[in-house]
Amino acid sequence: MKNVPISYPTFFIILPLLIILNSALTAQPEVTPIDSAAALIPRNITAKDFKYDRGETIELNWKPADRVNQEMLDGYEVYRAEESSDSFVSIGFTGPDVTRFKDNGVVSEKRYRYRVAAIVGDVPYLSEATPPASPTMELVNFNLANLFIIGCLIAGAVTYFIGHARRGKKLFIRKIAGLEAIDEAIGRATEMGRPILFVPGINDMDDVQTIAGITLLGRVAKVVADYDIKINMPVSRSIVMTTARETIKEAYMGAGRPDAYNDDMVRYITDEQFGYVAAVDGIMVREKPATCFYLGAFYAESLILAETGNSIGAIQIAGTAQPAQLPFFVAACDYTLIGEELFAASAYLSNEPKQLGSLKGQDVGKLLAMVVIIVGVVAATISQSWNIAFFTRLYDLMIKLFTVQN
Amino acid sequence: MKRKIPVIITSLVGTVLILSVFFPPAERMGEDFSIFFDIIAVFAFFLGGGNLVRIHGNKIYKKARDWGFSAVTLAGFFLMLAAGLFKIANPGGIAADVTAQGSLFQMLYDWIFNPLGASMYALLAFYVASASYRAFRAKNKEATILLIAAFIILLGRTPLGVYATAWIPEQFSLMQIPNLAIWIMTAPNLAGQRAIMIGIALGVISMSLRLILGVERTYLGTDNE
Repeated sequence: MKNVPISYPTFFIILPLLIILNSALTAQPEVTPIDSAAALIPRNITAKDFKYDRGETIELNWKPADRVNQEMLDGYEVYRAEESSDSFVSIGFTGPDVTRFKDNGVVSEKRYRYRVAAIVGDVPYLSEATPPASPTMELVNFNLANLFIIGCLIAGAVTYFIGHARRGKKLFIRKIAGLEAIDEAIGRATEMGRPILFVPGINDMDDVQTIAGITLLGRVAKVVADYDIKINMPVSRSIVMTTARETIKEAYMGAGRPDAYNDDMVRYITDEQFGYVAAVDGIMVREKPATCFYLGAFYAESLILAETGNSIGAIQIAGTAQPAQLPFFVAACDYTLIGEELFAASAYLSNEPKQLGSLKGQDVGKLLAMVVIIVGVVAATISQSWNIAFFTRLYDLMIKLFTVQN
Repeated sequence: MKRKIPVIITSLVGTVLILSVFFPPAERMGEDFSIFFDIIAVFAFFLGGGNLVRIHGNKIYKKARDWGFSAVTLAGFFLMLAAGLFKIANPGGIAADVTAQGSLFQMLYDWIFNPLGASMYALLAFYVASASYRAFRAKNKEATILLIAAFIILLGRTPLGVYATAWIPEQFSLMQIPNLAIWIMTAPNLAGQRAIMIGIALGVISMSLRLILGVERTYLGTDNE
């Protein structure tokens, strides 16, 4: 192959060209210096009432300054003044990428003006004041209208079936194995002459799971009072302690044995999760209860409790509405009330028509959910596979109907 | 009357709390009721603490079985109470934050309470192993499916799972164990969890209505009028 020598003139032409090409490829875009203050001032600032609140918020939106200059911004500072005043006071700061601000420090029906400043270094580039805006309280939160309608439908069904049952109509309710086993479990403790342990979870009385647990305690305590066996209930909340005491006391009175009731049946341990677990585990290992009930809200302690109960050979009935804890209870307990069964338990055990009616109303909700899921799945599948307009509209409607806006 | 007043309070508070979600003017009342609950809970704490001292004090006094545990409980309770109440060894004095670094309260919390709590939590690892052993025995059809699913998920989250099925061509990538594990978690597992969540939501609505309408009274100790 023949060598082609590059002549000096050619070299001196190519070299500068290569340098220029290289610098053109690797050069960073130059930042345009601030040519005028106007280029940094935020534009199109709007201040308006934040919808569907108590009239305590005004929402501000603005357009950012020129994109080139935005890189120099430290952020935006928002100023507020009452309509009659010209003294604007700083009320907040946002980052350079944020062009929205919610002012929660306003009073309903008062009128306010706002100015927004772009901050570069220590220098604020202030906008003009907005027209006055005032926060107003809306009577109804229409963002949640869909939730309200769905809630009304289900609540209506529950109320209808309660009335239906009151009129003496027979209702079919499926058997719940865990609840059928309660009498058997208490009977076993009686035969063995050992106590019953009732754990109502670690949440307070403001949790509906704890309330469900306490309603079941009422049923359990009645049988316990009838059989004259010992019930031991360690709790982690003081209010649960007082409520549980009342519940058990009333059950003993109902059974005609008020003298057998003792306040120490329910005892406070601690509010701390693992301190409580350590104490309950200790009670289990020392007292070896024949039957353990875990009915309420449980977290990481669920498996520690259930496995300890399993190791002492207790018959265990658990129930919680914490989906993450259900597998642990299913693995370690003899019977588990899964989610809704915990809430249905008291009505189921009461066998009262009006309470059973509420369970039937719940089934209407399930039917509604099933229909919606099937229609949604069909609409989404057809819409995405064949792009048929009707199903796309149906799918969008379903999304709109079942999305909660804030 | 003993039953009626609690039922009326329950109905009133329940109704206001529901309305406060949908009607902004009722929001403040809903917040107020939550604050009332907190205030009651603070007073009830004295009942809890009193109960703890009484039960364990009696045990120690009567030298009942395992009274030594009660002595440890009460010693811990009073030590923590004194450290917090009198701000013992708090560098900022009595006016400082109870959790200030260097205070006896914070030291007890950091060096005794936290490690003990962590130890209890750590027990979970062993309990998970023993529970899994029982749950994953292939006794019947359902348990076998559970065993296979669990095996795939465990394997899919280890490097072995990635290497074992890396040879599967891209068009069948779902059959690669890590992808299969993701599919199990996001399709059948999530569907099951959502079904349970829907059931729970309906159960909560039904239970709340029973309480608000006064149909459910067992929490008052009796379901009779």
